Amino acid sequence: MNIPLRNPNLVMKLSRLGSFHQSKLSFLRSFLKEFKDWHYKRDLFELNEYGYGTAVYSFKKKNRVYSLICFANELDENERSDRVIATKWDTAFTLFDGVPAKQDIERLKNEVPKQEFGRLSYKELTLSRANKSVRVFNHVVESLSNGIQPDRELLAKVGYLYRTTAVYGSGKFGLADRFRIKNREEIYGPFRLEMMLVYLVRQFTFDQVNHVAKNKNPKKAVNLDPEICKSLGIGNSTGLGMAPFIVNHPTLLNNWIYAREISLKKIREIRNVNSQESNLFKDCLKKSIKNITSWNTESEYQIEKIKSLLKDLNQFILFLDSEFDFDQDYPFNEIYQYLEKNFGEECIEYVVSMMMEPYDNIVAPLIKKMSSEEDKYFNIPTERTVLELKTILENKYSEILNIDFTKKENNLNFWFISKNKEEPRLANRFDEDGSDLEQPLAIARDIKKLYETLSVSKNSSTIAKFLTSNSDLRHVVRRAFIVEKFTYSEIQDNTIGQEIVPIDMLRLKLSFFGALKFDPRSDKWLRICMFQGAPLPEQLKNYDEYWIYN
Amino acid sequence: MRSLSEIDTVSKRSSRAAGYSWGIAEEVGKNIRLLEIFSLPGIKNLNDFLNKKKDIKLENLSLITEQNHANNSQYCPIVAGVSFLDQVGALVNLNEIKFTNMSYPMLFLPFVSRASEIIGRRILLKIDEKEFLMNFNNNINSNFFSKEIIRTAKNVSINILDNEDSFNENEWKELYKLSEEMFVEENESLKKSGAGAGLTDND
Repeated sequence: MNIPLRNPNLVMKLSRLGSFHQSKLSFLRSFLKEFKDWHYKRDLFELNEYGYGTAVYSFKKKNRVYSLICFANELDENERSDRVIATKWDTAFTLFDGVPAKQDIERLKNEVPKQEFGRLSYKELTLSRANKSVRVFNHVVESLSNGIQPDRELLAKVGYLYRTTAVYGSGKFGLADRFRIKNREEIYGPFRLEMMLVYLVRQFTFDQVNHVAKNKNPKKAVNLDPEICKSLGIGNSTGLGMAPFIVNHPTLLNNWIYAREISLKKIREIRNVNSQESNLFKDCLKKSIKNITSWNTESEYQIEKIKSLLKDLNQFILFLDSEFDFDQDYPFNEIYQYLEKNFGEECIEYVVSMMMEPYDNIVAPLIKKMSSEEDKYFNIPTERTVLELKTILENKYSEILNIDFTKKENNLNFWFISKNKEEPRLANRFDEDGSDLEQPLAIARDIKKLYETLSVSKNSSTIAKFLTSNSDLRHVVRRAFIVEKFTYSEIQDNTIGQEIVPIDMLRLKLSFFGALKFDPRSDKWLRICMFQGAPLPEQLKNYDEYWIYN
Repeated sequence: MRSLSEIDTVSKRSSRAAGYSWGIAEEVGKNIRLLEIFSLPGIKNLNDFLNKKKDIKLENLSLITEQNHANNSQYCPIVAGVSFLDQVGALVNLNEIKFTNMSYPMLFLPFVSRASEIIGRRILLKIDEKEFLMNFNNNINSNFFSKEIIRTAKNVSINILDNEDSFNENEWKELYKLSEEMFVEENESLKKSGAGAGLTDND
């Protein structure tokens, strides 16, 4: 049976993309799988009694070494902020390519804590900072120093000791450009080094809290129970900076979504599913419910989504247990069709993620194809004709061409880069100044304008000729030819309309990272947790791949 | 040291700020990155050009022909470059393409380098007495090693070169003969068994 790939007009809608969940394809899971055989070491741990100082952690295999350098500094209570306007943090980190010499550490000690205002070099791969969850950190120190383990309920509620507020890579602030490292096999797959940084930071937070507790009460202190450590992750506050990324990297976006869609297609095409596979699917699904019931948020928007997801999933599990027969042909296709007919987008995409769990043979080869050589598709094929381009737009943007951008509600917002932080922001063009400096992220509107201009141009004209008098549309001409080749490279929605929920764009990216427990703090930023439940570095060699559900 | 990613982003934004469309600004970002990879003074020239642009009488060259003369003005290197890149498919059969009076010709160069890759032909670019041989956008051979800013060029010319060997037939034959010493003389037995095929080709 040949199951067609899902229609981009279904999958690439923001509400659908904003309903994606972690899966076997997620970058943090594929990172752990790739690095499980690497030698982990804590190379340096020079902290004072309060936990301030420098530490270095590394992963090594043959001649390749990646080292996380951590700088923990004293921070005045009034200076601690997760907001992007912050200029100081409890800790700052960089992932170094190789083994750092003393001079490197000295140089970085001056630069890394400054973050965006520091200068990094080609020897550094990623950069980040993190703040304590003060309430949790102090509680853990207090408990451990008194010889007892901390309150698990409190820890479960927060989920981490520290949260990062940004993780930078790919040439930012002087960091190594991707071209320097892209041929290394261990980092095929996007954001692998960013994942490594976050994972090693997590270990640093445990070592630091143990160290501070021990110094507070050397005779009585105990270490944090490794099982509790495992149950903690690293928090992350994420704002709009992430949203334009998925618009600005169309081929990369395509490769992520395509991997997911091709997995789903192949799984739906499996005629006979054996009991081991169906049991694993059901087991992961049922165990995963705890990740939903322990999902805390104050966001009304998210609370409603969680409630509906939980209701749908319970109903679906009941259906699986009482009515569904895995012995029938193409059972996962039956399941998918049942989901589409009966449940909401959150539930459908949740179960799609779960369907991948038994099928390493399908998913694993796709992970290495999730990066992209974007420059290959940059040149515009200017020998093509106006008619060809018009046809591409009609085929690939059929619903977008129906949007009326003369209506205020469809053209309400504009994306811009803030002067003080050089970060993307979204504002109402009718209420705020600055729309004359709009970023080229209103793809739907510009595509519609391109279509209207093409419609009054000569069909046989070449694109080269068309561009001589329509230079203002060049960016979307380039895009349309990319979208022609890559089915899932475009969000099939209006990114400047009244209805836009920007966190849908963040949620899409974060789900591919492997984040759990999305906690929107507004419609423009949210908190998440990464690596919660993941094996500790010392446990990686024989870790359980399904840790996320245990 | 600035990363190539920073160079690309800042070049793109500043070009947009200077009045180019987003699509053209994207081209400039990629181009300046390319110049810097090839150790040519990209940022220097772009910075100087964008800062002085308002004071230069620039002409936009939209349609490239064999002879392109900017008489009382100078060609904008970015608009001329975009036009050359877009139209190169239609220009490959011209012997020589000439431009007189071009502003900041180093900013024109990366478009020509990229065009070399698109058409799969080497291109010789002359900027007055300076020569640049574009090798499919993989590298550039040049007699120009300075980091100086070139504010104008009186004569710019482009020759799209035929794909020809850089050696003569004799040199090739000599080298081939030497390579033959690696071949094994086949006896009857080797002829039958070496290729693994049957004894007849007509099955």
